[in-house]
Amino acid sequence: MVTETDVRKQTRDIIAPLKGRQILLIPAMQAVQKKLGYLPLEAMEEIGEMASVSPNTVYGVATFYAQFRTKPVGRRRVAVCRGNACNVRGSERILEVIERALNLKVDETTPDREYSLETVACMGACALAPAMKINEETLGKLTTKTVEDLFPKKAKQEGKSEK
Amino acid sequence: MAQSNTKHQILVCQGTGCESSKSAKINQALADEIKRSGLSDTVRVKTTGCHGFCQQGPIVVIEPEGIFYTGVKEEDAPEVVKSSFVEKKPLERLLYHDPATNKAMPLYKDIPFYSQQHRLILRNCGGINPEEIEDYLARGGYTALKKAISSMEPTQVISEIQRSGLRGRGGAGFPTGKKWEAAYKAKGSPKFVVCNAGAFMDRSVLEADPHSVLEGMVIAAYATGASQGYMYVLADYHLAIKRFNLAIAEARKRNLLGKNILGSKFSFDIDISQGAGAWVCGEGRALLCSIEGKRGMPRVRPPLSVEAGLWGLPTCTNNLRTLASVPLIIDKGADWFAGIGTEGSKGTAVLGLTGKIVNNGMVEVPMGTTLRKVIFDIGGGVPGGKRFKAIQTGGPSGGCLPESALDLPVDFEALSKAGSIMGSGAIAVMDEDTCMVNAAQGFLSFCRDESCGKCVPCREGLPLMVQIIDRITAGKGKPEDMSRLVEMSETLIQGALCGLGRTAPNPVLTSIRYFRDEWEAHINEKRCPALVCKPLVNFYILPEKCQGCGICLKSCPAEAITGGKRMVHVINQSKCIKCATCLEKCPTKFSAIRKVSGETIEVPKEPIPVATGAGAK
Repeated sequence: MVTETDVRKQTRDIIAPLKGRQILLIPAMQAVQKKLGYLPLEAMEEIGEMASVSPNTVYGVATFYAQFRTKPVGRRRVAVCRGNACNVRGSERILEVIERALNLKVDETTPDREYSLETVACMGACALAPAMKINEETLGKLTTKTVEDLFPKKAKQEGKSEK
Repeated sequence: MAQSNTKHQILVCQGTGCESSKSAKINQALADEIKRSGLSDTVRVKTTGCHGFCQQGPIVVIEPEGIFYTGVKEEDAPEVVKSSFVEKKPLERLLYHDPATNKAMPLYKDIPFYSQQHRLILRNCGGINPEEIEDYLARGGYTALKKAISSMEPTQVISEIQRSGLRGRGGAGFPTGKKWEAAYKAKGSPKFVVCNAGAFMDRSVLEADPHSVLEGMVIAAYATGASQGYMYVLADYHLAIKRFNLAIAEARKRNLLGKNILGSKFSFDIDISQGAGAWVCGEGRALLCSIEGKRGMPRVRPPLSVEAGLWGLPTCTNNLRTLASVPLIIDKGADWFAGIGTEGSKGTAVLGLTGKIVNNGMVEVPMGTTLRKVIFDIGGGVPGGKRFKAIQTGGPSGGCLPESALDLPVDFEALSKAGSIMGSGAIAVMDEDTCMVNAAQGFLSFCRDESCGKCVPCREGLPLMVQIIDRITAGKGKPEDMSRLVEMSETLIQGALCGLGRTAPNPVLTSIRYFRDEWEAHINEKRCPALVCKPLVNFYILPEKCQGCGICLKSCPAEAITGGKRMVHVINQSKCIKCATCLEKCPTKFSAIRKVSGETIEVPKEPIPVATGAGAK
């Protein structure tokens, strides 16, 4: 278990090399999230202190942008694109299938922290629509079939344990 | 580095599209195969950026012949090498086949997708290695910068851009020269140049030809007197960031960037600012807030950003494709550029073709080309024999135009007159299976979610409008809903602070204007003609076709189907979640599931035995 003091120390270590730059806040938040996976409250407080802004300001920025998360996420982050091209090519159906397969709603994480599900505005892979990402890997030209095949076992386990 | 006796090059696309189809492995496999075949002296494998024809990826091109291979896989490498360099006969299997005639088209230049394009901004995309500055230099790169710095005053550069008629490719189409002039005249120091790489086409260009953008930025800085530049690109666009970083390093090494560029008094440097993901940051002022490390929110103008932008200092923000056009204009002259396009819109448009279209990808055509030519001649039309219904231009806040609008030219004014926008240049094609009420709902919900929340019409108006449409698609629409939506749209157009808020109602307004019958069907008849809106559709199992195989029963996630061996299955309408799984799973030889809207089909209430002799045959 990571303690609060650990988070503070880690945060300070991560952003120390960025200090002294005028544009500190967002790059610092990006660097911390890259290491920790999300922005814990203590990390936001530390970032705020080093950037000479209030923790509220950091929190405000964190909740404004899609990239930042204030809650921990799963080891596998499934991000379904809901941009224009994907929308027209049926991303809604893809999302439904994943929601059912993982037994998750958008912005939720499985209790075992294996999967979390999110949507993104546009990931710039429009020619591959509908597309999604699992961590850094882009998967395109999805069909309900390919998506079902990606999460088959999960679907059965979760479905059964539920009932 | 190219060896002097290199005769052939194998270009392997590693744009985002092809890369996600594992093109890096194809590259390696080809390189290994060349070595194994003892061809290393004459054949060179080269990584390139996006060719634009992502639908056909991963793409491999053999130069100088121009042989175009599509859908290449790692295991194809031996055959590609053997046929191209040993047998010297193109590998038929991987060639592009004309969908109409099924004839193989070996050469890049003959494929209709390319032969009808006019590639200026995309001039180097797919042809050069974006990670090698020599490739860009070999194609005349940085000559425009040299020309500008050595023989032109900043004001001359500005007037050249003004005379060319170049307008911003980011959406609003503001004359670039005019913006540069304002930035040049603005008081304050230092000044900034910002490049906005927001749309998917921008990402592709940045990945495929980063130096053309960099050169454009340096020229813009020279003309406006800026000393610092920012490339604003989404943090998610890893490949684009990596390649632009490389480009910056290479340019610095060659004194094309940094202190005293090319020995002159002019100094300029560029940093990458990684956006954290907010659609509103495509708006100029919100983008600058984001670079400053704040929530990305637009603000009241004036003052304009060119006078008081980043940290209150003069800032010239241009779209990436605008900047990529600049070196060409300086090189070939304003008159040449002004000779392409229409009266009001000069040059070319880079369009992203997406949605229900055969050739998904990125194309470039002269302004003034008709939408019909773009969609059908270049884009290959609608796949699967479906009927074309509508196109949306410019992104989620663009209007949805019907077939009658297809003869409109791609041009800032023409599109705006029809109720849409040029916007980002994205084009989404919709076919007969698209419900225009549902489409409007989707686009509007997107804008609602992405609203920054600063001004009331957008923050409060969009959710209310979405609520009304939600009601309509749920079969609870009222006759006055349409006029209410129009009225609220007008408030938004007049009252919203930024361009994104003002254009957000476009899809709703155009959908009502051009597809009124569909709205009326939803509101008055509680019927969705395209069978899309879930609350308005029902699924039935036709007793005369069902053979009782049980596949639908097993796959139904809602356990809404009852049946048994050799029994006609029945859907419990109150349990059905209308996910269409049964429709997809029912074997085509039975095709027993019917989806309808606004009608009920008489079917048994309980499973009954399958009638013998009926159905399957």
